[in-house]
Amino acid sequence: MSDQLPIIVLIAPLFGALLVGLWGMRDHRACYPLVFTALLTSVTAAVAILFRVVNHGAIDYFVGGWEKPLGLGIQLRIDALNAPVLLIITVVALLVSFFSIRRTGEEQAEKTPHFYILFLLLCTGLCGITITADAFNLFVLVEVSSLSSYGLVAMGSNKRGTMAAFHYLLMGTVGASFYLIGVGYLYLKTGSLNMQDFHDILRNNEAIRDSKAITIGFLFMLVGIWIKMAFFPLYGWLPNAYSYAPSSSSSLLAPLMTKVSVYVMLRVMISLFGLEWVFVDLGWSHLVVWLAVVAILAGSLLALGQRELKKMLCYLIVVEVGYMVGGAWLADPNLWGMTGTIYHILADALMTLALFLAAGNFARHLGAVELKDLDGVFRKMPLTSLGFIVAGLAIIGVPPTCGFFSKFYLIRGAIEGDHWEFVVALLVSSLVSAVLFFRIFEIAYFGVKPSDGHGHAHTHEDAYSPEPTQQGRVGDLTLLRREAPLTSLVPLLITGVLIVALGLANGPIVAFIRTFLETLPHGPAL
Amino acid sequence: MDNFFQESIAPHFNFWVYVVIMMIGLWAVIAKNNLIKKLIGLSIFQSAIILLYVSLGVKDGAAIPILPHHEEHADAAAPDAGQAAPAPDAVPVSESHRGADHADYAVDPATIVNPLPHVLMLTAIVVGVATLGVALALAQRIFAEFGSLEENELLIQLKAEPTDE
Amino acid sequence: MIAKIYATIAVFITGSLLIYGVSDFPRFGDARSPANAGVEGGAGSISEYYITKSYADTKVPNIVTSVLADYRSYDTMFETVVIFVAGMSIFAILRTFRSGAPLVENFRKDDSFIDGDHQRIIVGTTCRLAVPVVQLFALYVIAHGHHSPGGGFQGGVLLGASYIILALADDLAAALRRLSEARYLMLAAVGIAIYSGLGFLCMLLGQNFLDYGVLEAVFRTDGPEMARSHSMLGVEIGVAATVMAIMFAIYANLASKGTLKKAL
Repeated sequence: MSDQLPIIVLIAPLFGALLVGLWGMRDHRACYPLVFTALLTSVTAAVAILFRVVNHGAIDYFVGGWEKPLGLGIQLRIDALNAPVLLIITVVALLVSFFSIRRTGEEQAEKTPHFYILFLLLCTGLCGITITADAFNLFVLVEVSSLSSYGLVAMGSNKRGTMAAFHYLLMGTVGASFYLIGVGYLYLKTGSLNMQDFHDILRNNEAIRDSKAITIGFLFMLVGIWIKMAFFPLYGWLPNAYSYAPSSSSSLLAPLMTKVSVYVMLRVMISLFGLEWVFVDLGWSHLVVWLAVVAILAGSLLALGQRELKKMLCYLIVVEVGYMVGGAWLADPNLWGMTGTIYHILADALMTLALFLAAGNFARHLGAVELKDLDGVFRKMPLTSLGFIVAGLAIIGVPPTCGFFSKFYLIRGAIEGDHWEFVVALLVSSLVSAVLFFRIFEIAYFGVKPSDGHGHAHTHEDAYSPEPTQQGRVGDLTLLRREAPLTSLVPLLITGVLIVALGLANGPIVAFIRTFLETLPHGPAL
Repeated sequence: MDNFFQESIAPHFNFWVYVVIMMIGLWAVIAKNNLIKKLIGLSIFQSAIILLYVSLGVKDGAAIPILPHHEEHADAAAPDAGQAAPAPDAVPVSESHRGADHADYAVDPATIVNPLPHVLMLTAIVVGVATLGVALALAQRIFAEFGSLEENELLIQLKAEPTDE
Repeated sequence: MIAKIYATIAVFITGSLLIYGVSDFPRFGDARSPANAGVEGGAGSISEYYITKSYADTKVPNIVTSVLADYRSYDTMFETVVIFVAGMSIFAILRTFRSGAPLVENFRKDDSFIDGDHQRIIVGTTCRLAVPVVQLFALYVIAHGHHSPGGGFQGGVLLGASYIILALADDLAAALRRLSEARYLMLAAVGIAIYSGLGFLCMLLGQNFLDYGVLEAVFRTDGPEMARSHSMLGVEIGVAATVMAIMFAIYANLASKGTLKKAL
């Protein structure tokens, strides 16, 4: 069975969803055990796949057994680029499934099985996107995951969620359609849908390499993927969709959807077109890096102006996506920028997960939606706050969290690639995140003071109304009374641990990623 | 000008057509105020993509990709005779059909339309229908909650409301 | 107004980029274009393989069906999953269990004038006459998908349409009596279970997922080709079941605004 591992990662959530549909609809209590079993199987399979890839190299799997000629059937390929991403997807899904056990007041209890079906099918879609090596299959799986996400976003009782889901649907469908146009142009010029085959054609055939249709095809695929990952200025759907979705949905969507789209961009750049064509023949890298710089700065500024916690986190996602796109397009000679981006996919998934889980806990168990509602929260929910602090420090980039290391590699790549504007943007956005998070830490720890003492220069405090009943709680022994229940808390704490662990283990992980990058023809000149 | 038409537009007129249709759809998605009209634009946009794919598989004088029936069959022993055929336009359809009715079941690829775009577009159509279904359900719920399907009225209502979870 | 300006600019830019790419496309109808005949430096034209060798591999004359249900059946499985997800999403978005809930207040209550009995006689009788014919034709389309244009999706849509016609003829409750909500939700899941179950069976027997050739022992055919042909029929049936269930589910939920009580 071990060579069937790639499919097992995918089939487990699919069968889980079907079983929930058949059995869980009748008996709601059977839902969660089925979900848990399915996701645990996926995680195990993903771990096994990672070990296989580390020890034996890339895994090729031909669905339906059609191997020759290449592209006859659909090929799945797992190499050092997508094996870690696959693991992160399944782990995040498992953690969020714990969190989703309690969904009080978010949607009707009768829809529990439907929520879990959409949840599992989203995981199936994301895993499928990660392992496929066929351009059209990617589109179908993108649509599977997108449709589940529209349902998950609109499921709650929040009116704004429905409107947000509609805009998300429009933009998401236009993005996927642009990607499909790109694939169409590529198919028209080469007759192939398989990524490996297309890469070979591009390398061997001079005429096709220079053709305008291929360039336009790449452009449209790229723009479609950028819409899906909310790269500035195509980010309009993200803040509303993720803020107004129910907590369990946004905790699943926010860490995963945009990161998997970043992975898709990397896959298109590296395996479909090849870095040589993208960086040398195309010559757009400077433009894209400048776009990324604008994305980072704009996202940071917009995040500063937000009063709601979740909206602020959504703009931070826009900033992180800017990091990743910029890092991938730095085109520095040793590909440290690309390394940083790949590492950052893993890091950012965990950081965003922790932030959204914490925000979900604050909203659910404390009713805190706006930043000013968070006052005194360190006292009321210490463990959740601990997770939030770890994630915040990771976003700012404090060692030994993973956020520090991804910024380190990105800056190294930017310096080597002579993109000083990117370095400046990274540093500015780190500063802004520091301001954002310390503002929250201050409100959360010290509470909101009626008088503006202590010389804190934050002008936003004057706008908050003081709540004298919250004062004087320093010596309160009933600390954990309003803390979140275990199922909401444990995933957050585990994620916090993972954030630090990923940072400490960055050496071997980066070395593993570099083994993949070194095999590329336009790879690092080591 | 006439040369431009002969060389650029005439051999690619199907692609020009699909670009025009796609742009009409895209314009409607962005510019129209009514949500249902946006969805209609989205449908038009997706239909144009389907046109693109299907039209790229067309071959002059070729038939649909269904091999005709025949009584006794021998698996394609003869090599692909169609590969070296110089003028695919010259092969009449009826002749190849009659030819296929005999034991030799060699099929000339030039007489049969490319099946792969059809397959891909079956998938794309289904995906489009599914998306449209979800979008209509969302539109219905928006109407039930807000009382309007016009974008400007909805924005006014959204701004006026206090945020809640 | 400003949306129209944005739209015009966006459309202009996108359109010109697309047209710019069109300039080195192959001629319309060219049988030797890269898509149709492959290109230098690649692995050989897959569409020519499909045309010339698919009958030998699968014994199915309809090349589109053989590509859809065998060579690229992984895609088709996820296509079916897309339909299923759409049905579940619509259920999650729209379905309400509280009758008279605020969700329906905004609709005007004047759709009672459609209920005229005199209209129902014509529509009702015609529909009731048509439904069995439609269903029979749908089953034919599914079964004959190997030899003529057809297959699971087309047949499934026809079957779903037959239930919708029934709902139009009498009312939604009559159709729901024949295909209740629990039943169609189950049918949707069963359809995909058939599809992926067949693929999983192939895995259990030692080959890759959806590699139907290995099922010749199960189907007791001589040679893997007929096993592929039969498995294709099996997966098409699964697809038809899901599509039928979800088409009706979409209609039922959209027409009754999620309550499944009163419909068009």
